[in-house]
Amino acid sequence: MTITPESVVSARDLGLTFETNDGPVNALTGVNLDVNKGDFVSFIGPSGCGKTTFLRVIADLEKPTSGSITVNGTTPEDARKNRSYGYVFQAAALYPWRTIEKNIALPLEIMGHSAAEQKARIERTLDLVNLTGFGKKFPWQLSGGMQQRASIARALAFDADLLLMDEPFGALDEIVRDHLNEQLLKLWDRTNKTICFVTHSIPEAVYLSTKIVVMSPRPGRVTDIIESTLPKERPLDIRESPEFLEIASRVREGLRAGHSYDE
Amino acid sequence: MEKPGLLRESAFPIVVVILVVVIFWYAAALLMNHGAALDSLKLKGIETTPLQGWLLSLALERPLLPAPHQIAVEMWNTTAQLSVTSKRSLVYHAWVTLSATLVGFGLGTALGVLLAIGIVHNRAMDKSLMPWIIASQTIPILAVAPMLIVVLNAVGISGLLPKALISTYLSFFPVVVGMVKGLRSPETIQFDLMHTYFASSSQIFWKLRWPASVPFLFASLKVAVAIALIGAIVGELPTGAVAGLGARLLSGSYYGQTIQIWSALFMAAFLAGGLVLIVGLVEKLVARTMGAKPERMAA
Ligand SMILES: Nc1ncnc2c1ncn2[C@@H]1O[C@H](COP(=O)(O)OP(=O)(O)OP(=O)(O)O)[C@@H](O)[C@H]1O
Ligand SMILES: [Mg+2]
Repeated sequence: MTITPESVVSARDLGLTFETNDGPVNALTGVNLDVNKGDFVSFIGPSGCGKTTFLRVIADLEKPTSGSITVNGTTPEDARKNRSYGYVFQAAALYPWRTIEKNIALPLEIMGHSAAEQKARIERTLDLVNLTGFGKKFPWQLSGGMQQRASIARALAFDADLLLMDEPFGALDEIVRDHLNEQLLKLWDRTNKTICFVTHSIPEAVYLSTKIVVMSPRPGRVTDIIESTLPKERPLDIRESPEFLEIASRVREGLRAGHSYDE
Repeated sequence: MEKPGLLRESAFPIVVVILVVVIFWYAAALLMNHGAALDSLKLKGIETTPLQGWLLSLALERPLLPAPHQIAVEMWNTTAQLSVTSKRSLVYHAWVTLSATLVGFGLGTALGVLLAIGIVHNRAMDKSLMPWIIASQTIPILAVAPMLIVVLNAVGISGLLPKALISTYLSFFPVVVGMVKGLRSPETIQFDLMHTYFASSSQIFWKLRWPASVPFLFASLKVAVAIALIGAIVGELPTGAVAGLGARLLSGSYYGQTIQIWSALFMAAFLAGGLVLIVGLVEKLVARTMGAKPERMAA
């Protein structure tokens, strides 16, 4: 297989079957997907269609049972060892005995950043997720949405080129969500990061992505890949434009088709 | 602002319980010692009123069951009234036992933590050690202690160390069990996070497993410190040790000095209570620096 240097994630006929006590569960089958450098890829699909599982395969937290996948042209394991991605889990997973800033410092400590460097990065990422002033608080003193933002700050702190985000804004209210969507787009535009983003919201997927991957469950698979025609510059009111609505309806159709496959 | 109310709330039931116990104790002392009191009066050929007989029940030199005030007086006399270096001072004996307890508790904690670390990180250790650790606690310590002390004496180890080793033997167990659980307590997602950072085992240990196990450690330490004290006392019993609370218990029972036995018992109880209290206070301090919710700290 030839890999262009641009390729960040490349999956070929990827499959993953969990062996459970109630028999095998086909979490992923026949997934073919290319994510190139600078792409913003959203994964959308009903619950249980394998979105989290696919992200975990990229992150080397789960091993595929068939097919192949490369991350940055290497195996997921090597990519992980190179610390080439930041992962935002579906739950905040903050360490309760660490303050917010200490939580953000965790990857920095592990990767051996200096104290001054840590301080600067903590400040910058806290500001990015609008949590300035909350650094000294412990996680239980923050709302669920704030905890989730702190976990985003933690993933951003060490500046990996690839961001894997599993429903990062699921627990947030509409306004904060809009704001963070904008912030994330700006960050992506500025830094040329590659982002894989799981969401249940069609507008969010369309607003953010250059590529939308529609998935469906039992067995988990990719049913449609939609390339966005929206410009890179996206003010929030682009969501009322006909072009936007057009893409959104394609996504909705894809989801419907997947659903009718159910039951 | 909340504390005084809380204190009053928790103090009230304690006072009630103590009152009830004291009342029953006096009743029991009256009944159990009455026969001996009458005998001693008869022996001396003194004519007495029934009231005098009952009063003497609470003032015998070697009662079957000493009255609370007799124990209190004895404890006062053997602590506050004597120099701590005196061989009759209860403080001196308590210190002898306490020092062995603390050494044993320290060793037991260290051993327990080290074993737990090994068990958590090494499958072979997990499979091979755990059964032996559990089996070790099924051996009756009262049977083993004399042999152990005699053997150690024979190889020239005597004094504090043999007793401390019995404390170690008893106290490492709750620490191993608690710490194995504690070091395994982080959730999968917390381990996954470390995995994504490609953290080393020692980083995972110090930044995740260890802090997560701290509440388990303190729960174990409270059990371990009390049991270490028992170990030290048991260690003093078999060889006829000359000093320590165990020695006081033993010599008291040789000479029928029930008051002495009971004051040694109470001293042991106070020591145990104090030690558990200290561990609890340290736990609260540590919990505060580790950001525990106040509700959890109060519990
Ligand atoms: N560790 C596991 N063991 C067994 N089955 C699993 C495991 N993890 C996931 N699955 C199964 O794999 C399927 C896909 O799960 P996954 O978590 O990837 O779904 P998802 O698309 O992220 O869903 P959601 O939107 O609810 O988060 C589900 O049927 C789930 O039950
Ligand atoms: Mg999921």
